[in-house]
Amino acid sequence: MLTANRLRDGDVLYRKGSGWVLMLADADVYPDQASADAALAAATAETVRNEIIAPYLFEVREVNGKIVPVKEREIIRAAGPTVHPHTGKQAGQINA
Amino acid sequence: MLNTLVKQVDPNMYRYDEFDAQFVGERVEQFAGQVARRLSGELTEDQFKPLRLMNGLYLQLHAYMLRVAVPYGTLSSKQMRKLAHIARTYDKDFGHFTTRTNLQFNWIKLVDVPAILRELADVEMHCIQTSGNCVRNVTADQFAGATDEEIEDPRPLAEIIRQWSSLHPEFVFLARKFKIAVGACEKDRAALLYHDMAVQIVKNAQGRIGYKVMAGGGMGRTPYIAHVMSEFVEREDILAYLEAVLRVYNQDSRRDNIHKQRIKILINAIGPEEMRKRVAREFDEIKRAGTLQLPQDELDRITAYFAPPKFETGLSDEMPEAGTDFANWVKTNVSKHRAPGYAIATITLKTPGQVPGDATSAQMDIIADLMDQFSVGEVRVTHEQNLVLPHVRKKDLPAIYAKLKELDFAAPNAGLITDIIACPGLDYCDLANARSIPIAQTIAKKFENLDRQHQIGELKIKISGCINACGHHHAGHIGILGVDKKGVEFYQLVLGGSGAEDASIGEIMGPGFGEHEIADAVERVVNVYIAQRKDGERFLDTYRRLGMAPFKDAAYEKAAA
Repeated sequence: MLTANRLRDGDVLYRKGSGWVLMLADADVYPDQASADAALAAATAETVRNEIIAPYLFEVREVNGKIVPVKEREIIRAAGPTVHPHTGKQAGQINA
Repeated sequence: MLNTLVKQVDPNMYRYDEFDAQFVGERVEQFAGQVARRLSGELTEDQFKPLRLMNGLYLQLHAYMLRVAVPYGTLSSKQMRKLAHIARTYDKDFGHFTTRTNLQFNWIKLVDVPAILRELADVEMHCIQTSGNCVRNVTADQFAGATDEEIEDPRPLAEIIRQWSSLHPEFVFLARKFKIAVGACEKDRAALLYHDMAVQIVKNAQGRIGYKVMAGGGMGRTPYIAHVMSEFVEREDILAYLEAVLRVYNQDSRRDNIHKQRIKILINAIGPEEMRKRVAREFDEIKRAGTLQLPQDELDRITAYFAPPKFETGLSDEMPEAGTDFANWVKTNVSKHRAPGYAIATITLKTPGQVPGDATSAQMDIIADLMDQFSVGEVRVTHEQNLVLPHVRKKDLPAIYAKLKELDFAAPNAGLITDIIACPGLDYCDLANARSIPIAQTIAKKFENLDRQHQIGELKIKISGCINACGHHHAGHIGILGVDKKGVEFYQLVLGGSGAEDASIGEIMGPGFGEHEIADAVERVVNVYIAQRKDGERFLDTYRRLGMAPFKDAAYEKAAA
């Protein structure tokens, strides 16, 4: 999958089609490295529009029919701090 | 919010003069312009990043993080209320006190940063040099001006160093960050020997006050204890001497390898004797030029800002009685003050289960009220992520304790096993490999029984979520380092470190423990200490006597089963 941050507020974004969504569950999963690389290249080219920053790819896997990041880092990034469950996307705190 | 019965008190601390106010104001507007140019696309992210870092603005795991400087850990009640206001208005209603005695906001929007910086400037605060390869926030002993152990208050010198190093034209693009601390007594509460450079106020054989200067300490990937550069620098020469050290570092440090860019690497590569020679050469040159002497009248002018408050006389020096809980709190959290009838009260932000160093806006506001009511409007932030009320009348301690209980900040655990330092770790930090805070919470809950904590005695646990060591794990009696093994968090134990006057670097025990194993491993290590300690030995003393082996055998026993 592909993630970035929104420039104006830093919010974590995920790539869906040629745009961005706020929740990992709504985003695209790239089936192979070539399509992931192509998405990253497109997103990197878009950074000149000054809407998103720092795009990068990360690995996911399917667990019980649900897409889950492989690394703990991305699990926490997608949800919010584990020590403050009332903050972050896990608490529905997203900037529109 | 400010209790209507509480009158805001202006403490004796440095106040901006017109030049400071103008400088900070111009800097805020400069950065506001840079933010606008970034948002409009006039600046690229590559161009903007070093600018935002010089103003304390990071992009972290979830959002931007803004780091506010708290010079030598001293805050007024007015400043504390402003931090509460910013947390409430621009963040998610809390802030995090750090091991550099700063305060971090974790959920800042870039578009709000200019407004936040203007609000901070209103109370003489800023974020300048809280990041980047420059001289960072200068720290000092949190008991400064209050303890009878010190030769003199270290904060005037810390303030002079702050002014000298703020946007110093030679030192804004160092090879790496540079941290300075100041202490004034044999007891080291500021981890002096783990700093790039440290100054200890001393008296020479003739009874003259001057400065012992050390350099080359540090944590991170390659920890070192600082070497003495000079046993005694005269008062008027201190800035010249510090400038000489920084100049040698700036000229001779490795800029080609990010892991070898700190002054500790330089000094340990060329040897402390060669470093002293190079510093002496630079020092002589600066002295001959005669441009960097610290005049006594300037030292006096700055010192006057930190004049001790007018302590009441005739107060009883007896500790009031207010029950067992209060007595337990006094035992660990109240320290001797220089003035009869007064005490120093440490507020540990570490009630077992809490996030070390976190405070909500409501808690900050009430602490500000306590500062005004009971501690001449002043609080200190400590590198152990606690707060200190420096000047309280002993007779007021029961009232302070009662209020802290309401805040859930009355844990009687200063210096005990549950008074744990933890960096933000993987819950917030973009660089982290593993979470620190949940490990601190689990260990604190495991040892929350107060009798057991007192039975264990002084034991400092420090947890870092990566090798950068913001949680000071090298200096922990028990240090814990979070590592990433194929995307899964593991935790290495590091034993025998100390950040105090008996500074030492902890020794890595061996392979890491899983997230659900580490607290039990710590308990087995502590049990070895309890079983084998001699009378009066702290954990650290027993470790130094026995070495790693018995602790290692115990720690891995269950993990290997």
